[in-house]
Amino acid sequence: MTAPALEVRNLSKAFRAVQALDGVSLDLHRGRVTALLGDNGAGKSTLVKCLAGIYQPDSGTISIDGAEHRISSPDVARSLGVESVHQDLSLIDTLNVAENLFLNREYTRGGWFGSRLGLLHKRRMQEECGETLARLGIALPSLRKPVGLLSGGQRQAIAIGRAVAWGQRIVLLDEPAAALGVEQARRVLDLIRTLRDANVAVLLITHNMDRVTAVCDTAVVLRRGRKTAEADVSRVTQDDLVAFITGARTTESPAREPQRGLSR
Amino acid sequence: MKAVGKPLRAVAGSIRSRARQGDDGGFRQYVVYLAFVSILAVFALFLWDDGFLSTSNLLNIGRQAAPIAVMAVGMAFALASAEIDLSVGSTVALSSLVAAVVVGDHGFLAGAAAAVATGVVVGLFNGLITVKVRIPSFLVTLGTLGIISGIARNVNNLQSMPIRDDTFSALFGAGSLGPVSSLVVWTIIVFALGHFALHHLRWGRHVLATGANRESANASGLNTDRIRVSALVASATAAAFAGVLLAGRLAIGRHDLGENDLLTVIAAVVIGGTSLFGGRASIAGAVTGAVIMAMLNNGLILMGLEVADQLIARGVIIILAVALSMRAPQES
Repeated sequence: MTAPALEVRNLSKAFRAVQALDGVSLDLHRGRVTALLGDNGAGKSTLVKCLAGIYQPDSGTISIDGAEHRISSPDVARSLGVESVHQDLSLIDTLNVAENLFLNREYTRGGWFGSRLGLLHKRRMQEECGETLARLGIALPSLRKPVGLLSGGQRQAIAIGRAVAWGQRIVLLDEPAAALGVEQARRVLDLIRTLRDANVAVLLITHNMDRVTAVCDTAVVLRRGRKTAEADVSRVTQDDLVAFITGARTTESPAREPQRGLSR
Repeated sequence: MKAVGKPLRAVAGSIRSRARQGDDGGFRQYVVYLAFVSILAVFALFLWDDGFLSTSNLLNIGRQAAPIAVMAVGMAFALASAEIDLSVGSTVALSSLVAAVVVGDHGFLAGAAAAVATGVVVGLFNGLITVKVRIPSFLVTLGTLGIISGIARNVNNLQSMPIRDDTFSALFGAGSLGPVSSLVVWTIIVFALGHFALHHLRWGRHVLATGANRESANASGLNTDRIRVSALVASATAAAFAGVLLAGRLAIGRHDLGENDLLTVIAAVVIGGTSLFGGRASIAGAVTGAVIMAMLNNGLILMGLEVADQLIARGVIIILAVALSMRAPQES
């Protein structure tokens, strides 16, 4: 197999006394979907926020296409081709759909001077926003409404659409289908398959085992900030995955699991 | 009456339907224009014989509104970024004094430039303390309000400094372009710049995004610290320019110019549809709000109200207007 699109080695991150991540290692490959599983508080969102440049890890390395990078800000993550959808959505409620889609990536007009000045090319962004959403099969009543007036599902769709539209190499999705209805959740799975087929490396955080078996190739399980299991999804059952998440079983070396008195 | 009623209904209907669509802030954006028209109509009716609508009185209102409007444009950016600038009034005073000192020795252009530069420095100070020391701008600018007032009082020991430069006075106050006061011309220029920056530049959009949701803006890769500093610089710079205009109109620099303007400016901006909590702003609304304030001032004086009654009437009207402009439309 070719070099991983993203290589995480021994990543640790503490918030005061809480060790949110404790030496986590992980590979993401192009054209593959990796599920990131774990109970609440296992460190999943913290890991994604480290990869997205929102948090700075205390130690450990992150390599993209074999080159080590310090992802010091969300801007750096974007420039490295890492797109993300966070649980808290990251949309700006008072901006409209196109303004959100192009936030911090605005098209400008007026040549060099216009781009230095930041002269917005609104029409081009509006048009391209419409085309992008249509291509992704995301239907919205109006692109000119502030997104705060849209439904939770529509907002979720925009956030995902933004990551998919810009995702060049790596897309990180934190619970992307949590607020969605059945039909919309299926759309999201289709979007993930589209990304995979476009040779993008995808990381998907979810609590829904059906979605894991539907689109994911590999599952990585975190528990109390440590990686406790990594499995080929086609070789394990959903019951196995649940056992990994609850800590009843693990695939990692036993020494890494803290002794808790209960036999495994 | 019928002829008037029809277009009025049409306007009201279009406002309602726009409010229902909820586009760009909806109803509250238009309250300021309704308030403007109503107050204008009331004064025009009751003060007809006192010459409220006479050309000279309208120009007078324009001259009074100008410095407030310029400050309001700047304040709209501060509020849009979810910051606030309480030091605008004292910045006006310091700027007028700096202008007076520099104009005397180096001419009108250097005087104006130095005064505006004073505003840039004040804004940088406010902004950098706010983002680096992580103190709310409300408290930082409350501090600078005191500091700058103190400095302004020390510049010339509480004495007015005369500005004896005809070009400066003509350009920034006493002069006019045709019948229109240069103050009004400058206000229109500042309005145009502010409106353009807010709605057509990347910077304006980033200010709004930062004010609406700083965490999300950060996650989108925006440097929200730099954006917040720049919004406070815009506010202080506009205030300094308002100081230049007051210095030009009165031909003096003085420590108490602008001292009482802070609340008037905030009221003007908020009536204009700018949110006190960030993310939503209207430059046209802020300027209209400033004109409303000047109109109230002028009209209440013409009505012969005592100062005490003026204050009360103005307060009531401001509360009414702000209440209306902050109310979201009921229908979903």
